[in-house]
Amino acid sequence: MTSTTEAPPRPPRPTSIDAARLPLRELFGTAVQGLRTRRLRAALSALGIAIGIGAMVAVVGVSASAQANLLAEIDSLGTNLLTVTPGQTFLGANEVLPDTAVPSIEHQLGVQSAAAVYQVSNVNVYRSPLVPPAETGGIGVDAAGDNLPEVMGTTMASGHFLNAVSNQFPECVLGAQAAQVLQITQVGGHLMVYLGNTWFTVVGIMNSALLDTSLDSTAFISLPVADRMFSEQPNPSTIYVRANQNDVVGVSNLLAATADPQNADGVQVSRPSDALEARAAAKGQFTTLLLGLGAVALLVGAIGIANIMVISVLERRGEIGLRRALGATRRHISSQFLAESAILAFLGGIAGLALGAGATEIYALSRHEPFVVPLYALVAAPASGFVIGAIAGLYPAAKAARLSPTEALRST
Amino acid sequence: MALTLDEVVKEYPGGVAALRGVSMEIPDGDQVAVVGPSGSGKTTMLTIMGTLERASGGRVEVAGRDIASASDGQLAGLRAHEIGFVFQGFHLQESMSATDNVALGMLYTGQPLKHRREVARVALDRVGLSHRRDFKPKQLSGGERQRVAIARAIAKRPVIVLADEPTGNLDSKSGGEVIALLHELATDGATLVLITHDEKIAASFPRQVQMRDGEIVGDDRS
Repeated sequence: MTSTTEAPPRPPRPTSIDAARLPLRELFGTAVQGLRTRRLRAALSALGIAIGIGAMVAVVGVSASAQANLLAEIDSLGTNLLTVTPGQTFLGANEVLPDTAVPSIEHQLGVQSAAAVYQVSNVNVYRSPLVPPAETGGIGVDAAGDNLPEVMGTTMASGHFLNAVSNQFPECVLGAQAAQVLQITQVGGHLMVYLGNTWFTVVGIMNSALLDTSLDSTAFISLPVADRMFSEQPNPSTIYVRANQNDVVGVSNLLAATADPQNADGVQVSRPSDALEARAAAKGQFTTLLLGLGAVALLVGAIGIANIMVISVLERRGEIGLRRALGATRRHISSQFLAESAILAFLGGIAGLALGAGATEIYALSRHEPFVVPLYALVAAPASGFVIGAIAGLYPAAKAARLSPTEALRST
Repeated sequence: MALTLDEVVKEYPGGVAALRGVSMEIPDGDQVAVVGPSGSGKTTMLTIMGTLERASGGRVEVAGRDIASASDGQLAGLRAHEIGFVFQGFHLQESMSATDNVALGMLYTGQPLKHRREVARVALDRVGLSHRRDFKPKQLSGGERQRVAIARAIAKRPVIVLADEPTGNLDSKSGGEVIALLHELATDGATLVLITHDEKIAASFPRQVQMRDGEIVGDDRS
């Protein structure tokens, strides 16, 4: 046969051995190729991760949507409502607001409107005189001006609020909670309640006053009636103030002095929307239990990936042997399987993000809430998939690297 | 010398001795057929020549380097650059085209895919498969598959080509073609060591080594 003397001269051999190399780009290509070869298997094992991450994204998304909804509700009620209440003296006794407080506040610059309620002490409401006096249902009685719902931004569930007629006759309006306790769902006919030893006609039921829920468990009567029948003190127990939206803080700072110029320290001014916003923030904190369930799903997904990768390593002994023969180091082999596992779970993370966002969207649509998925989830979902995949791939990758490189020669 | 074996011993756990003191020198460009019955240690000798396994004793030089002191990473580098394997079972990747299978042979040299594909196309031309570049292994005949595998082994222009029963899965006609191709490709100076059962194939080689029970029992030059 051919003689070797015809061979062209070869370049002289280098004295050192060139190392085997696998650039990152080639590693990525190799891993993707490996996954594409087994698409169905890859898709099924990524599904576990997708469900886990999807569950967590949904938990976060649903909480964020609920929070956004509450904030929107607060915004629609207005963040410019301020409440003025009597504080306590240095020794702990209750202060009182002067009876001039409401007219003074109404004239303060930047105040749009003000409404006061006056607590009627030692008077309770019952469905009938036969109810034992101790069973008050926790309902208080307040005298109020007829502009209270307007200032609070509260609507009526049924009937109307106190009006000119209510100043003459024993009529009352129930807060949402009070109506529920008294088991009154609708006004009409001659529906009456027994209030301070007198029958009062119920003329209206209010919806819940989100900005001050203490009004919900109250029955309201008019100021003249309260004055006439119960000798009501003329000192307001709470004054609700609407300030100009762009000067809420300025108005707030001056309110105490306006309400009681002689004893401004005895006046407390607060902004209920602040407390509500804090509550909304708390609502945005997803429940730990649900997150835990998502984490369990994620763990199961990770085990699924590890399992599939172990099987894959056993099936691909021939390929691993071939790659070793072609110059792959142990490290090249382990990085290949590690990369496959990480990319698989990364794709699962992206699918999970889509699943979770979809679930949040369905929830938001069904509850008429705004659709919100926090921005960090867009990064965290694929990133955590990648990390979980890398961890799940550690054992299979180490196993692949340990396989004998003579495998390719043995199997035919 | 392309390959030097000096009193090489290979023992497996449990005391099985696959090689019991094998010595031979294979100069650059030599073409050697290794024959012998099953279990005579042919394949073990080839895996040691190909640095896939280390000898239990004796000295092994591959492409002029004593490999006893080389790290696993250095041995992998040696395989990546200097050694080409041809297997009985082809070991082509089913999901890759012929071109990409050949390009895979140079993956661990660190060259970019584009360059490897170019070299692969030239190698496929040399084995007469330029019309099968984009075919998957399933679409190729057995002889064509082995020619793709040969192209993969020689594309990086290795110093040494090691072939283990490359015709074992082929009929005699395509087997003959594969052997002729190996001879032809070795004309560019590569050293060829080939294991075979087939006396006729062995006879076509300028040098034949006979093995039995882990020892060399004959080394003839025709």
